[in-house]
Amino acid sequence: MTMLATLVPLQYGLFGLVALGAPAVVLSRDPLRMAVVNGLYGLVLVLLFVLLGAPDVALSMLVVTTVAYPVVLLIAIARSRSSKEEMDEA
Amino acid sequence: MRIAAFVPALVVLFALLLWGFAGMPDFGHYRGPYGFVLERIATPERHVTNVVNATTYDYRGFDTMGEEFILFAAVTGVVLLLRGSSGSRRRADDDVRSDSIRLAGAVAPALVILVGLWLVAFGFVTPGGGFQGGIAVAAGALMLFVAVGYRAWSTLGDERLLDPIEGLGAGGYAVVGLAALVSGLPFLTNLFGPGVVGTVRSGGSAALLNWAAAIEVAAANVILTTEFVEQYIAPIVRRRR
Repeated sequence: MTMLATLVPLQYGLFGLVALGAPAVVLSRDPLRMAVVNGLYGLVLVLLFVLLGAPDVALSMLVVTTVAYPVVLLIAIARSRSSKEEMDEA
Repeated sequence: MRIAAFVPALVVLFALLLWGFAGMPDFGHYRGPYGFVLERIATPERHVTNVVNATTYDYRGFDTMGEEFILFAAVTGVVLLLRGSSGSRRRADDDVRSDSIRLAGAVAPALVILVGLWLVAFGFVTPGGGFQGGIAVAAGALMLFVAVGYRAWSTLGDERLLDPIEGLGAGGYAVVGLAALVSGLPFLTNLFGPGVVGTVRSGGSAALLNWAAAIEVAAANVILTTEFVEQYIAPIVRRRR
């Protein structure tokens, strides 16, 4: 029980970071920066999952949030930027 | 006008959220008799120390097979929509030139793939399992793509190589289930005995199911990325040349 009690301040801290991280993602204007900030925000969620005793979920989240999802975002960003360039040229 | 639409929607959503939170059980007061039962019996009965993995691949193994086929169907749909009819793809030439990316690319994918394989192998002993390990292996492969460039990747990401591997993962799961049926036991019954607690040899058939799911998840994710890159990125790279 004592070990669990020492974890409570950590949980508050991480919940605080989650509360700060979400607006940080929304408020980044540049999509590329948003992808990176979103990855960091995902890492905070991963730590929270570990602390709340869900390591199996944390492992999936770790890979999805830091590699798989950013790749999808980067592909979309590259695609939209290139079509914008085309429109500028035309 | 936008504010006038946004503020009432925000208020309603926030009220719904508060209402939902008010009805939740208190923090740390888990209400799930099934979970307590599994936590009690999984290790003595199935010799598995990761109860989450025992639930996914043993007690609820049939559900997981359904989930695997959902993933398989989703990937098939994407491939049907995106994969071009032309058999001969002109390969874009975009070799990576940055030395630091090359160095990181030589080390990181191997490490990530190794961690992924470890997660699959020891999924029923420590946290991890087929899905987690499979997606880590796929992530390692994606890092390889970043490190070596598209041209080298498209050899590895060849559909003639990847499609059969994905089928092996999805089909392998069903074969493990059918093997039990052929032996005169219910579908997906463990054929190998529970094994030794805390070792790679625990879990019995669930070990094979973990590997089947890992192959399916890894191949599915690599195929998805390849198709997206092929469809959306490769034309951009070609045009810039």
